[in-house]
Amino acid sequence: MPEVRNDQAVFALEFQAVGKAFTAGRHRVDALRNVSLALPKGTVAGLVGPDGAGKTTLMRLAAGLLLPDSGRVVVFGHGTDNDTEPLRGLIGYMPQRFGLYEDLSVAENLALYADLHGIDRQERAQRFQQLTRMTGLAPFTARLAGRLSGGMKQKLGLACTLLSQPRLLLLDEPSVGVDPVSRRELWNIIEQQVKMSGTTVLLSTAYLDEAERCTDVMLLDEGELLDHGSPEAFRGKIRGRCYRVTHPELSNRDLQNRLSGQPGIVDAVIQGEAVRVVCDSEDSAGAVLAGTDTGKPRIEPVAPRLEDAFIDLLNKRRAPVRQANEMAGPAAPVADEEIIRVDDVDRWFGDFQAVKKLSFTVRRGEIFGLLGANGAGKTTTFRMLCGLLPASSGRLQVAGVDLRKAAARARARIGYMSQKFSLYANLSVSQNLAFFSSVYGLRDDRRDERIRWALRQFELEPRKDANSGDLPLGYKQRLAMACALMHEPEILFLDEPTSGVDPLARREFWNRTNRLAAAGVTVLVTTHFMEEAEYCDRLVIMAEGDILTAGTPTDIKRQARTEALPDPTMEDAFIQLIQAKQS
Amino acid sequence: MSDSRAKKYLRLKGLIGKEFLQIWRDPSSLSIAFVLPVFLLLLFGYGVSLDAKRVPVGWVIEKTTPETTSFTAAFQQSEYFRPVYFADMAAAERAVLTRDIMAIIRLRADFSSQLFKQNSPAIQVIVDGVDANTARLVSGYVQGAWNEWLSHLAALRGTALSQPVIAEHRIWYNSAVLSKDFLVPGLIAVIMTLTGALLTAMVMAREWERGTLEAMIATPVTMGEVLLGKLIPYYLLGMGGMLLSIAMAVFLFGVPLRGSLWVLLLTGTLFLLVALGMGLLISIVSRNQFVAGQAAIITTFLPAFILSGFIFDITSMPAAIQALTYLIGARYFVTILQTVFLAGDLWPVILPNALALSVMAVVFFALIAKKAPKRLE
Repeated sequence: MPEVRNDQAVFALEFQAVGKAFTAGRHRVDALRNVSLALPKGTVAGLVGPDGAGKTTLMRLAAGLLLPDSGRVVVFGHGTDNDTEPLRGLIGYMPQRFGLYEDLSVAENLALYADLHGIDRQERAQRFQQLTRMTGLAPFTARLAGRLSGGMKQKLGLACTLLSQPRLLLLDEPSVGVDPVSRRELWNIIEQQVKMSGTTVLLSTAYLDEAERCTDVMLLDEGELLDHGSPEAFRGKIRGRCYRVTHPELSNRDLQNRLSGQPGIVDAVIQGEAVRVVCDSEDSAGAVLAGTDTGKPRIEPVAPRLEDAFIDLLNKRRAPVRQANEMAGPAAPVADEEIIRVDDVDRWFGDFQAVKKLSFTVRRGEIFGLLGANGAGKTTTFRMLCGLLPASSGRLQVAGVDLRKAAARARARIGYMSQKFSLYANLSVSQNLAFFSSVYGLRDDRRDERIRWALRQFELEPRKDANSGDLPLGYKQRLAMACALMHEPEILFLDEPTSGVDPLARREFWNRTNRLAAAGVTVLVTTHFMEEAEYCDRLVIMAEGDILTAGTPTDIKRQARTEALPDPTMEDAFIQLIQAKQS
Repeated sequence: MSDSRAKKYLRLKGLIGKEFLQIWRDPSSLSIAFVLPVFLLLLFGYGVSLDAKRVPVGWVIEKTTPETTSFTAAFQQSEYFRPVYFADMAAAERAVLTRDIMAIIRLRADFSSQLFKQNSPAIQVIVDGVDANTARLVSGYVQGAWNEWLSHLAALRGTALSQPVIAEHRIWYNSAVLSKDFLVPGLIAVIMTLTGALLTAMVMAREWERGTLEAMIATPVTMGEVLLGKLIPYYLLGMGGMLLSIAMAVFLFGVPLRGSLWVLLLTGTLFLLVALGMGLLISIVSRNQFVAGQAAIITTFLPAFILSGFIFDITSMPAAIQALTYLIGARYFVTILQTVFLAGDLWPVILPNALALSVMAVVFFALIAKKAPKRLE
């Protein structure tokens, strides 16, 4: 083992002009291109970027699981190419699905990883105690890992990774599919670890609010490192270009529709009852906004967020997409018509009650959100509304049809996109579309026309012959949504449509959904991204099968307002409600 | 580096312990390892039989005489046949068509007179050839019974039989020609293929699929230890299956074990190494449970069933297929098993087959050492 000369001078992690390519079928894909970076010890670095940007490849290269094609990866002075043995002890790596054995218990998983790291008996007992206390897993040590909730699995994965007291902690998307409460706990553990042992952390994430908590942020796109700096430095780049726009006559959805895609407007998203806008440059901002409408919009400058900076950076690299605006929908919307009615619905699985006395109504043309952590009963509720699962008791009415009596008739009028997207991985994009159209009874010209519509509308044309299994997640999501829309349903159910999808793709997704709603399609969506609640007209927050609260996003946030927190986010409101329920 | 050695031992212990816990908790592993073998043994021990017994045979006797009665009586004593009598050929032929009987034996009206004239009258035997195996057996049995009756008759009358040569069969090693005695030992090879190749390939592919292997490679564990951590538990499981099969063969089905147990265990180890080698090789090439399972069934389980000589005689296969059987590890082991069980420790048979197994095992493990990924690609 070559001695490291001057421990202080060495970076925890260094990429020296690293390139890495994969061959997928006949294509050669550059996963990383000439990436150079250096993380000093004690850094907490966040790696962000769209799907397929090369984040996982970068993490695996750092962990020494892959070797670079060109350049070098160096961890604490040891190259991953020829000096692997000392490295394994220095690195703690948690892969995307946590690397847990689901048929082993919490204690057995910990014991296995302790064996693999060669931790002796004495130290082991002490580490186990410390880690199970820190992660809150102490009461569950006998439970099988497969029976844990997403958040608990993630904490167990982290505990297994921390057992060896690594000096470099690599976490690949640790918070995908994990509820906000668990995410906060994860960050507490990471911060504690950094403070106690000076660990260097590199984590990839799709949540930009997590990136804000890092000391360093790296933005990766198409295998290239676009930028690397502190969150503050990123925000500084767009200072003075972010505004909050309201209009007395236009709804926020109309306003957003008019703003987005206009020259000079980089980004326009709905935020509460206003639209948040990022403009090209400071000077043009006022002019562009003034020209957007005849009325008198109110424009106030707001503090930039990390997300604004990313969208700005990413949009510069891509040809601006002015999304085609032809989301043809069914008949003109009838205001205030009740299209879904849920009355006192219960659902039991054995002696477990997944949904408890659920009641709510949805109006036509609304975007209605179901928010909640994993296991809150969102998916069960969805499956009942789609007629895939009968309710144990209570009444469900969808598009005027009682699901107990005529589930099949109701199903013809709804589209459902499941959490796992339910695409045929071995079929091409156009074959998937053709299949789902025939399932809904479309044929001949009608079918061809709808397929052409879907390819155009969802920008799938360039990839139409690719196998859907090979598509990046964002494309899969678009294809799945297109498949659910082939028969022009009146109601669209989207179950966790944006889970694991990057901010850019999420933005596109919500733009599409907004246009659908504007065309009169009713959209029901579940999500655990709290900020996405802002896009909903109304929503319910669920926990353990109960509805905690219901209302517009503004109402719900207002409930959480306290003196200490005058302007709470949706996440703050959510956590407050959960804590109130638990206490 | 004694510290590193202790850690190596600890890692291996951890891996093996984990594997046993997983096998114990996973119903599908347990059923491949234990339930399926017992099921196969019961099926082949009790259900499947290649012997013809109580085969329904139709008789058409055109004129009853003391001689015809004597001949039919000889048949009635046989446990191989169950006689059914018909008035004429037409009725008997209908019964063949409806598969009520497997064969017709017709004694013409002139049976007795021919018998006195020629000593050996002609009888007509028609066998339903749809089931070729049984048809051959039936025609053989009828031929045998006929010859026996004729010689018996000749002895009674004090005259020599007109046939120049009488073939007398004597069957060695399995004198009762019980198919179970030779099927059950061969089945042990099939059962060991199940745990050795199929189960091993699937559990390894499962680790790739669930991303647990990815997490494991990032720890100080080496790929050699990971493979050894699979090899040892499934070796023990496979040998457990073998002992169970031997016990069932000997104590439940009464198959004689004429050779020695240690020869069986030693050659079993060789064969299991071949099977495990194939299983691990498959899982290195395909990282998907479904593909690994299919590949293991097609390249190991089915050949062990069809091409090993366990059911189908290798010498009666076409030359090209016979050549193929030399690549099937089970072929060598089935020969060893049948020899050790039914004949004893015949070294001239066991040694070349054991050598072939050793060569195969060495080749597979050399391939594994070459192909085993050190990293994720």
